[in-house]
Amino acid sequence: MKFDNINRRVFLRASAVAGVSLATPTIFTSASRAQDFCNAPTGANVAFGFNVPQTGSYADEGADELRALKLAVQHLNGEGDGGMLNTFKGTPLKGSGILGKKVSFVTGDTQTKSDAARASAKRMIEKDGVLMITGGSSSGVAVAVQSLCQESGVIFMAGLTHSNDTTGKDKKKNGFRHFFNAYMSGQALGPVLAEAYGKDRKAYHLTADYTWGWTQEESIKNATEALGWETVKTVRTPLGAGDFSQYITPVLNSGADVLILNHYGKDMINSLTQAVQFGMRDKQVNGKDFQIVVPLFSELMAQGAGDAIKGIYGTANWDWKLENDGTKAFTKSFGQEYGQPPSQAAQTCYVQALLYAHACETAGTFNPEGVIAALEDLEFDGLGNGPTLYRGADHQCFKPVLVVQGKENPKDKYDLLQVVKEVPTADVTYDPSIFGGELGPVSNKC
Amino acid sequence: MQMTTLRQEVLFMAIFTAAVLTMPFWLEPLGASYPDLLQKFAIYGIFAIGFNILFGLTGYLSFGHAAFLGMGSYAAVWSFKLLTMNVIPAVIFAVVLSGIFAAAIGYVSLRRSGIYFSILTLAFAQMSYNLAYSVFTPITNGETGLQLSLRDPRILDRTLDEAAGIPFPEFFGTEMNGYAGFYFCAVLLIICFFISMRIFHSPFGMTLRAIKSNQSRMGYTGFNTRPYTLAAFVISGMYAGLAGALLAVTDPLAGAERMQWTASGEVVLMTILGGAGTLVGPVIGAGVIKYFENIFSAYHEARLHEIFSFMPEPLQNFFVTITAPFVGEGWFLTLGLIFMLIVTFLPGGLMEGARRLGGLVVRRKSQQEPDKLATAGVGAQDHG
Amino acid sequence: MDAFLLQLLNGLDKGGAYALIALGLTLGFGTLGVVNFAHGALFMLGAFIAVLVNRLLRLETVTIDPDQLTPWGTPAEIHTPLVQAWLGDFGAVLLQYSVPLSLLVAVPIMLLFGVAMERGLIRFFYRRPHADQILVTFGLAIVLQEVIKHYFGANPIPVSAPPALSGSANVGEWLGLGPGVYYPWWRLVYLSFSIVMVGLVIAFLQFTTWGMVVRAGMQDRQTVGFLGINIQRRFTIVFGIAAMVAGMAGAMYTPIVPPDYHLGMDFLVLSFVVVVVGGMGSVAGAVLAGFLLGVLQSFASMNEVKDLLPGIDQVVIYLVAVVILLVRPRGLMGQRGIMED
Repeated sequence: MKFDNINRRVFLRASAVAGVSLATPTIFTSASRAQDFCNAPTGANVAFGFNVPQTGSYADEGADELRALKLAVQHLNGEGDGGMLNTFKGTPLKGSGILGKKVSFVTGDTQTKSDAARASAKRMIEKDGVLMITGGSSSGVAVAVQSLCQESGVIFMAGLTHSNDTTGKDKKKNGFRHFFNAYMSGQALGPVLAEAYGKDRKAYHLTADYTWGWTQEESIKNATEALGWETVKTVRTPLGAGDFSQYITPVLNSGADVLILNHYGKDMINSLTQAVQFGMRDKQVNGKDFQIVVPLFSELMAQGAGDAIKGIYGTANWDWKLENDGTKAFTKSFGQEYGQPPSQAAQTCYVQALLYAHACETAGTFNPEGVIAALEDLEFDGLGNGPTLYRGADHQCFKPVLVVQGKENPKDKYDLLQVVKEVPTADVTYDPSIFGGELGPVSNKC
Repeated sequence: MQMTTLRQEVLFMAIFTAAVLTMPFWLEPLGASYPDLLQKFAIYGIFAIGFNILFGLTGYLSFGHAAFLGMGSYAAVWSFKLLTMNVIPAVIFAVVLSGIFAAAIGYVSLRRSGIYFSILTLAFAQMSYNLAYSVFTPITNGETGLQLSLRDPRILDRTLDEAAGIPFPEFFGTEMNGYAGFYFCAVLLIICFFISMRIFHSPFGMTLRAIKSNQSRMGYTGFNTRPYTLAAFVISGMYAGLAGALLAVTDPLAGAERMQWTASGEVVLMTILGGAGTLVGPVIGAGVIKYFENIFSAYHEARLHEIFSFMPEPLQNFFVTITAPFVGEGWFLTLGLIFMLIVTFLPGGLMEGARRLGGLVVRRKSQQEPDKLATAGVGAQDHG
Repeated sequence: MDAFLLQLLNGLDKGGAYALIALGLTLGFGTLGVVNFAHGALFMLGAFIAVLVNRLLRLETVTIDPDQLTPWGTPAEIHTPLVQAWLGDFGAVLLQYSVPLSLLVAVPIMLLFGVAMERGLIRFFYRRPHADQILVTFGLAIVLQEVIKHYFGANPIPVSAPPALSGSANVGEWLGLGPGVYYPWWRLVYLSFSIVMVGLVIAFLQFTTWGMVVRAGMQDRQTVGFLGINIQRRFTIVFGIAAMVAGMAGAMYTPIVPPDYHLGMDFLVLSFVVVVVGGMGSVAGAVLAGFLLGVLQSFASMNEVKDLLPGIDQVVIYLVAVVILLVRPRGLMGQRGIMED
């Protein structure tokens, strides 16, 4: 025993020494050269990290994001037809890489779990030396990876994340979001609902019982109540319940005449399909036709809901059928490459990659300090959403929000949604202070 | 098992220690030598060693150990938020709290054995997960995960300088990220391994093994097994809590999914894959699974072309085509196949494979001491 | 009262699915003593047989029309449905009834799959520790679901019930409860289906000589073997039947929950809880526990209950499982000595 104890102390000392000596180089270098920043590219390449769900329920979204991101890399490097680089107004990007460096990428699987997503992002930062991470298909993951990027001194360009928290309570200086959020959905959807269904409605919310669900419920509730709707009840449902019948039947006798489903992904498909099966859309309550609303739509998920989606209102960040040059250029290069139109998840990731490249090019550096300064309050156009502002106060993009509706007679499975209204930016803009949180300082050290 | 002498133990520890501390070097050719993955190897090694103390020794198969992992993480992050960024209080707080949690769950669950015990632990862990994700959000921050913020009270070492950003967990001044974080975890892994080895070779360990081999016979002799199994359960719960705390130390965030049944399943897989009941097996199993999850999942076709680039073009394309479904997004498929193959052909896990290989070599040299090879416990020769 | 009735139906419906899965699991324990973690994947496979049949009936010939362009500028593909082209209206009816039709396909495929799985894999694991059985079948479950994901993608795929059965039934009128109590036809079909299936399996085991021998074998395998009966072969067939029941349950479930590759895992944990609560190896116990837990889950989700105990709907099944296992050590109807080592 005695011998062992001595031995252990030796191990401790030896490992402490080893730890310090191995840790020293990075500490030393980052302190000595003020110019230096995390993963400063030294070779002819600059690496992006594409952190998307490849396993789990959102794997199809992840695959579509990855397609778009690969396309973005091609276009930045001057391969293919250039896509939105040709329509991106005033960008110095010419398809010759960024600041003369060729863009390369690494991929990783988030598994739609915060832990796995952070482990994957860390591999990209520590092993593959990436400067920017993008992708993702859930707010929990986005917030987790964003805070990791903040700690690690790289830039996070969020993919599909809709929670108010991403650029609200949990916003970070190194994180940026192009996608819209629950608050904007509420502001955009409210007036359309009031117009279509009247101002005297009683709403019943079924809400996925986690942070994103709650922020969306709150946003939609506030927006509809401001228009005169009454909220009969809000009910929380467990994530991944599968069968929602026990939550749906109480709606029928509650006196509500609108059901609002604050669900996403599989939960949305299941609850919507089942609500329709329970005959809700054929019902009359309070002398009005019963209606269902799904505030956040995703085309890929709409495919899963089949016919149930017809006529349902919701919001979207972007749609490939929009009539503008950026959209057309992107849909064309994406369709030619992959034989199908891009989803909104694909578009937001593609645009984020381009915007990051644009910011580096205009700032003349890959240093997060410069890149962040270039992205903050950047106004841009030609990327599919019309004139857009990257607000400096919370790193949220402000652009028109689409109100969409499930099509009655879709041509094919890519034609499920139609855009009924483009709500102007001014109507969905809000004061950045309403969600709290603070950006904090720039971080560019590993 | 009693044959192991102090000398052997010391030698074994020395080899293990050297192997762990030099991991950054010998993992380099495998592409696994970067701090985060090294940290994960060490942390999940601890988790699996602890699980093995319960499962490997007593045979009680818990499907709820993730609850203690999650508990440890939450406790550590709360310690960072409320007290100090120093890791020592966080680790102690986490181990103690998960120990108490384990004692409570173990006290109830150990009233049953076999699969009934497994389901009881699973039920407790799933309840913890479901509640942490939803109702307990004020404590756990639900889906987003519990994070540090600039506004945390941190009564012991709050700095008023908000421009400095959120501090990182530190060990008396050394920040616990990168290699420093790895070495902190590695030292704890070595200590944990040492404790586990002592337990395996102690009378207490022998008692646990006796319980595994025939609990009812133990009962007939008037021997009350419950305190022993409960002790093993609490110890392995504390190991899990420590692992959870280290996850938070090297990366200060705690999410509810750490408590999900799949996380409990993961540690079961690690332990059995490596070899349940062996000392080193669980550590190796943990390493293999984490390697797959992080390295194999990142391969894509371009990378495969690089790997097979030594072949002529058509052959290269052929190999890329047949291997592509198994890497990248197919890594999970590969893992599933490996489980099936290993369990079918190597029931004792990877350690049995190593032992068979070692056995082949040793048998050629000399045919003495066959029973030492057969013992699942220690064998420095297994490791080499 | 209406709300109560509807929740009862919801619970029974859910319970039907639990019972059908648990039934097969418990048969696996009872006969072969095997813990089959791939049983949920068999349910998923059944669901995808329904998807596949639906796809086959919608097989199309694809011709390229150079005159029409897709929005991205490539020549458009024109899809012509094959089955409808051949069989006309009858083809359309076939497509509408694809889910019930898929049962005809699911029965032989799943039976064969179960037998093949038992002969090819499970039989090597009779004498192995349960942990090994769990690991190998879990590995198989992963492989099955990843293969399905490879071919069908990760997103759920909608399969509709026959139009005649996709509306709601006026349950209130039947029971004299007044208007406004409706329940979807397909859910009623599923409930009846599960009751019939459970009845058939129990009757098969209870009232046929073949089943009686199986039950005798479950009690005392050795003695039955001494009588010169090849009990092993019967157990293998029972395993195949278990797979078949799970597959049929999965196929019929598709209109209720659009299946994705992960469907099996979603049901796996719950069905294990059901089996254990019912008592390992007890068929009646599994059925009883399945319906019981389904109904409890439904009632725990009622707003009145949730207001009283927040979060109860998330934990009720596990809570009930813990209480039952503590009060009745071997579950509701379990026998001594099974799976306690």
